[in-house]
Amino acid sequence: MTPENRSAYWRSNLRLVGLCLLIWFICSYVFGILLVEQLNTMRIGGIKLGFWFAQQGSIYVFVALIFFYAWRMNKIDKKYDVHEE
Amino acid sequence: MELKSLTYLIVGASFALYIGIAIWSRAHNTGDFYVAGKGVSPLANGMATAADWMSAASFISMAGLIAFLGYDGSVYLMGWTGGYVLLALLLAPYLRKFGKFTVPEFISERYYSKAARIVAVICLIFISFTYVAGQMRGVGIVFSRFLEVEITTGLLIGMGVVFIYAVLGGMKGITYTQVAQYCVLIFAYTVPAVFIAIQLTGNPLPQLAFGSEVANSGASLLDKLDNVVTSLGFTQYTSGTKSTIDVFCITLALMVGTAGLPHVIVRFFTVPKVRDARLSAGYALFFIAILYTTAPAVGAMSRYNLIQTIQPGAIGTVDGSLEYEDRPGWFRTWENTGLLHVDDKNHDGRIQYYNDANPAFMPTAESYGWQGNELAVDRDIMVLANPEIAHLPNWVIALVAAGGVAAALSTAAGLLLVISAAISHDLIKGIFAPNISDKAELLAGRIAAAVAILIAGYLGFDPPGWVAQVVAFAFGLAAASLFPAILLGIFFKRVNKEGAIAGMLTGLIFTYAYIEFFKGLFLKWAGAPWGINSAEHWLFGISPEGIGVIGMLLNFAVAISVSYLTAAPPERIQHMVENIRIPR
Repeated sequence: MTPENRSAYWRSNLRLVGLCLLIWFICSYVFGILLVEQLNTMRIGGIKLGFWFAQQGSIYVFVALIFFYAWRMNKIDKKYDVHEE
Repeated sequence: MELKSLTYLIVGASFALYIGIAIWSRAHNTGDFYVAGKGVSPLANGMATAADWMSAASFISMAGLIAFLGYDGSVYLMGWTGGYVLLALLLAPYLRKFGKFTVPEFISERYYSKAARIVAVICLIFISFTYVAGQMRGVGIVFSRFLEVEITTGLLIGMGVVFIYAVLGGMKGITYTQVAQYCVLIFAYTVPAVFIAIQLTGNPLPQLAFGSEVANSGASLLDKLDNVVTSLGFTQYTSGTKSTIDVFCITLALMVGTAGLPHVIVRFFTVPKVRDARLSAGYALFFIAILYTTAPAVGAMSRYNLIQTIQPGAIGTVDGSLEYEDRPGWFRTWENTGLLHVDDKNHDGRIQYYNDANPAFMPTAESYGWQGNELAVDRDIMVLANPEIAHLPNWVIALVAAGGVAAALSTAAGLLLVISAAISHDLIKGIFAPNISDKAELLAGRIAAAVAILIAGYLGFDPPGWVAQVVAFAFGLAAASLFPAILLGIFFKRVNKEGAIAGMLTGLIFTYAYIEFFKGLFLKWAGAPWGINSAEHWLFGISPEGIGVIGMLLNFAVAISVSYLTAAPPERIQHMVENIRIPR
C-alpha cells in the first residue's frame, strides 16, 4: 500500500468516524440533555420528545450507528483493498 | 411447587449448565485463557459482552434507580450504552488488529515503556476490584433474599461457581458461560416487564407501554405519573433536579469510562478479525439495549404501581391513603426483609408516602394531617418484587433470582479474568519473569484468578467504603486514565512515552483526589471527605460522579503538551501505529 493510499484510507475513516460521532453527540447530548426542555413541548408515541431521546431514542440511535459504521467501514476496506479474507 | 424449592431448582439448574459449559470449554494454553483463542464468533461475543457488561447493578438496581430519579436516571441509560459507540469507532478494531492479550500490554508496547505498563496495571486493578466487590455483594444479596441463606453462605456459593469456570476455563470458559447467562438474564428481565406492561396498558412491549395510556383512564402513563408525583411534593417524573452541566458530565464520564473499562475492551480481543470486532460491538449494544430500553419502562410502571397501591384514593382525603392492615401480600413479604419499612408517624393506621424534604410542600402535607413520609423503600425492590406485584406464577419469581445471579456472576468472572491476566501476563511475564514458559504462565494465571476470587469475596463480605463508589471511582478512573492513553496511542502518532505517562498520572491523581475530597475513599481514617458534597462547592458544579470528564481533558492536555516538549516516539512505534490503523 502506498503512503498516499494509506493516508487517503485513514482520512475516509476519520471522516466516517467524525460523522458518526456528530450524530452520537446530537441524539444524546443535544436532544437528550441540552435541548431537552425545548423538545419536551413535542411528543412521540405519547412521550415528551426530549425525555424520550434521553431514555429510549438515543439508545436506538447508538445501536444503528455501530451497525452503520461497521457496514460503511467494510466498504471502505474493500475500496482500498485492505479488507480481511 | 413451593417458591423456595422452585428457586433452588432453577438456580441450581442454571449453575449446573454454567459448570457443564466450563468443563466443555477448558483452556489449554494462555491464548485460550486470555482471549479464548481468538475464535469467538461476533454474535456469541456480542452476547457474552452484554452479559459481561450488565452487572447486578444493571439487573437489580437500575430500574429502581430510574423509578425514583425519573429524568435524572437518564445519565445511566445513555451513559452505559453510548460508550459502545466510542468503543466500536475509536478503540475495538485497532486493539484487535494489535492482536495481543491485555490492555496494559498495548499501552506498554505503544509507549515502549514498562513504567507505562505498571501505571496501566494499577489503574486496571483499582477499577476492577472496585467493580467486582459490588458483584460479589450482589450475589450474596440475591441468595439471601431468595434462598433465605446468610449473605456469607450466598457469597461462598457464588465464589465456588466462579472459581470453577473462571479458573478452569479462563476466557474461553467464561465466554460461553456468559452466552448462557445472557439468555437467562434477559429472559428473566423481560418476562415480568411484559406482563406488567399488559396489565397496566394492554400493550405487551414495555418500550411502547412506556408511552401508552393506562387502561381505562384516558391519560398516558407518564402524564399520570407526572401528575401524581407532583401532587405528592416530588419533582415531575419527566424533568430532573440535577443541573444541566452535571447531567452532561456524568453521562460523558460514564460513556468514556465504559469505553475504557478493561474487562469490556478485552472482549473484543477474542474475535477472529478486525471487522468482527466492529460488528461484534454492534451486536453487544443490541443485546444490551434490549434490557436498557426495557428498564426505564419498568422504572416508570413500578413507581406508578407502588403509588397506586399506597394512594388508592384522592390525595389528601382520609380514605385516599392505604390502610396499613389492608396492605397486599407482597408488601408484607418485603417488609419482612426490611427493604420496605413503614413508620406510622401520625398514628392514623394508614400509610402516607410523599416528599417530606420539600419545604414548599410542607403546608399542604400539614393541612392533610400528614406528619412526615411514612414509607421507606429500597430501590432494589422495584425489580425484585415486580413478579409478585403483577401476581405472576412462582416460576417467574425463581427465574428473576436466577437472572440476578447470572448478571452478577457473569460480570464478576469477566473482571476476575482481567485481574488475573494483569498479574500473570503484565506483571509476571511482562516485567518480572519474561522467560516464563507458556505452561507456567497459564498456571500463574489460574493461581492469580483464584487469589483474586478470594480477595473479591472478602471485599464483598465486608465492603470497605470505596467499594460503594463504583460509579464515581471505577468509571472516573477509566475515563481519566486508560481511555485517553489508548485513544491517543491510536490516533496521535506524536504522543510519546513521557506524554502518556504524565497524562495518565495527571488524570488518575486529579480524579482520585477530587472523589476522595468530596466522598472519602481510602483516607476515611484521616478525616476524608473534607469537602461538603453539594453543587455549590463542586468545581464548575460537577459532581464527583462526573469529574472523570475533567480528569480526561487534563490527561489529553498534559499528554499532548508534554509529548511536543520531548522527543518524538521512535520510528518503529510510528510504524506500529500505521499498522494497527489498517485491518490487513
